[in-house]
Amino acid sequence: MNPLPLVAVAGSPNAGKSALFNALTGARQKVGNYPGVTVERHSGRLTLADGRPVEMVDLPGAYSLDPASPDEAVTRDVLLGKQKGERAPDALVIVLDASNLDNHLRFALQLIELGLPTIIALNMVDLARRDGLELDPKRLSDRLGVPVVETVAVRRRGIQELQAAVDDMLSAPFCGVHKHVKSDLVHLQRRAREIASSAVISETPVRRWTHRLDSLLLHPVAGPIILALIMFVMFQAVFAWSVAPMAWIGDGVALVSNVVSTTLPAGLFRSLIVDGAIAGVGAVITFLPQILILFFFILLLEGTGYMVRAAFLMDRLMHGVGLSGRAFIPLLSSFACAVPGIMATRTIDDPKDRLTTILIAPLMTCSARLPVYTLIISAFIPNRRIVWGVGLQGLVMFGLYVAGVAGALAAALVLRRGVLKGGGGGFMMELPKYQWPPLKDVAIGILTRAQIFLKRAGTIILGTTIILWALASIPQAGPGQKQSEVSIAGHIADGIEKLVKPIGFNHDISLALLPAMAAREVSVSAIATVYSIDSPDEKAGATRLEDALQHRWSLATALAFLAWFIFAPQCISTIAVTRRETNGWKWPLFMVTYLFALAYLAAGATYWIAVAAGLGG
Amino acid sequence: MNAPFQLDVTSLDQLPVGTKARVCSVDWATLEESEACRLRHFGFDEGVAVEPLHLGPFGRDPIAIRVGRMTVAIRRRHAGAIRVQPIR
Repeated sequence: MNPLPLVAVAGSPNAGKSALFNALTGARQKVGNYPGVTVERHSGRLTLADGRPVEMVDLPGAYSLDPASPDEAVTRDVLLGKQKGERAPDALVIVLDASNLDNHLRFALQLIELGLPTIIALNMVDLARRDGLELDPKRLSDRLGVPVVETVAVRRRGIQELQAAVDDMLSAPFCGVHKHVKSDLVHLQRRAREIASSAVISETPVRRWTHRLDSLLLHPVAGPIILALIMFVMFQAVFAWSVAPMAWIGDGVALVSNVVSTTLPAGLFRSLIVDGAIAGVGAVITFLPQILILFFFILLLEGTGYMVRAAFLMDRLMHGVGLSGRAFIPLLSSFACAVPGIMATRTIDDPKDRLTTILIAPLMTCSARLPVYTLIISAFIPNRRIVWGVGLQGLVMFGLYVAGVAGALAAALVLRRGVLKGGGGGFMMELPKYQWPPLKDVAIGILTRAQIFLKRAGTIILGTTIILWALASIPQAGPGQKQSEVSIAGHIADGIEKLVKPIGFNHDISLALLPAMAAREVSVSAIATVYSIDSPDEKAGATRLEDALQHRWSLATALAFLAWFIFAPQCISTIAVTRRETNGWKWPLFMVTYLFALAYLAAGATYWIAVAAGLGG
Repeated sequence: MNAPFQLDVTSLDQLPVGTKARVCSVDWATLEESEACRLRHFGFDEGVAVEPLHLGPFGRDPIAIRVGRMTVAIRRRHAGAIRVQPIR
């Protein structure tokens, strides 16, 4: 079978390449990874006027064929037909920012030299006109020797013409010679400038919109305040808007679980489906609304061009611990959930910066820790007011957040001096023009993220929860026995208990730590289950969980438990997404190990200090 | 006093915001390869017009600079490697 013709879309960052790709291919895109590297591969299908399909691939943005980042290396390798997992493209669409021709033409000249059939999409001509720049596409086409089509991808303008040009290009006979002449960048740049200026019809200097906005948004005082306000609104939205959909998902899961419970006969299989698969995956997909709302904001910030401004504002502070400003938004997102945070690290160019950010992201207090913190705090910390408006409980909660951030910064410092030493660690970014992204593109982005997340929930997370269920259910308890003691999990808990006894954890906690691997908040229900199953004298639900805890745990143990959850990497989704984003098990294993070590030390130190202070009784 | 067209050559990180200048030379040797590569990609090259536009709020770092038609952000340390001649 003859494969479909493959057309690659290439261009410099901020040329509007993805918007053009979306306009050409529509919402049905495939997102994957190039083998061996953590660079996303976006592909889609374009249907020509006569119905013939063409496969399109959206190459990572690059400034030239001499790569300065892993993304650019992939772009070069695909274009030269050397990339694993990708055949050499048959033709090329080069996307150029009309108002930044002198820079973008340099890459275009390099690409044209490759000798593939090529079309140039002169994109964002509307913004160029807004800036008082009038270009002559005909003259540009004559100078470059390839067709030039004017487009405004975000408004879907010029797309028909571009499709027709792709059609013509693929219909023309082509006996390709593939060559890459290593060219001198400086020489190319000068030629690019000369051609760009020859294509300019008129240029009226106008006060640029972007510059005016930047004077406000990058202002040394107003800038950080506005950033803080935007972040505040984002978090309000993540938590407030998600309440209802999270409840719906919770209800839906409960409903499914009920229906399955009543239709299946009681027994091991029903338990597997209900307590294993449905409960486990249900616990994780409850977070989907939060993740999607977070991504809505991230994509909006990215699409408008504000994201790099936020990075600009925060770079100096992040630089202090060896990170770049680019890490700010991913780390901030991790306060809602580390999964989208880690996925958002793709915007960080430098591989070591990116890896450091991934490794410390789980230390940001995510929303799954809240149920655990709330339970323990309300059970053990007296609801006392310290000064007006500040209560002791709130202060402890705040302290837990601060401890997480401090731990993350310290970890970044150590990582950047140790295993992840060196690397560019620089901060060099283009500040693109502000523009309003088409909501359709934002929607496509959200859809893609949702797919990735659900695929994880359906595979790794489902698998792990089934294993955890099996450990907790096999062998089945006989009459007079406690399931929590006879099961494999019970025996593992015995082993764990020996390990965690020095840091003040009892058998109940040891038992809860295992299912909490699925998601931290599961530890709450696990503890609740243990106490309701194992206490025949107290009717289940009759006693509040807080009261039960107060009777069985010392304050020192409770504090140690809180300290544990600041650091413990107890979230299968995070580990799974780390594996996906780092392309292997090495870094997730490293992450799990160092975080457990930190959790152990922190819980231990807390316990020993608390006992010494007389709180161990 | 210097005539306006004979302003002293300085480094880009010392150039006040809003001052237009031309790049005289770039000290590529003080930069790492990927950094140098990226600066070239941004179009830093002898004779190119540059203008610092904004400074970061903390320690006046990084610096947003107009290079040709593009605005880029680089750190103070990298800007220090670029020698410029202010123009009026």
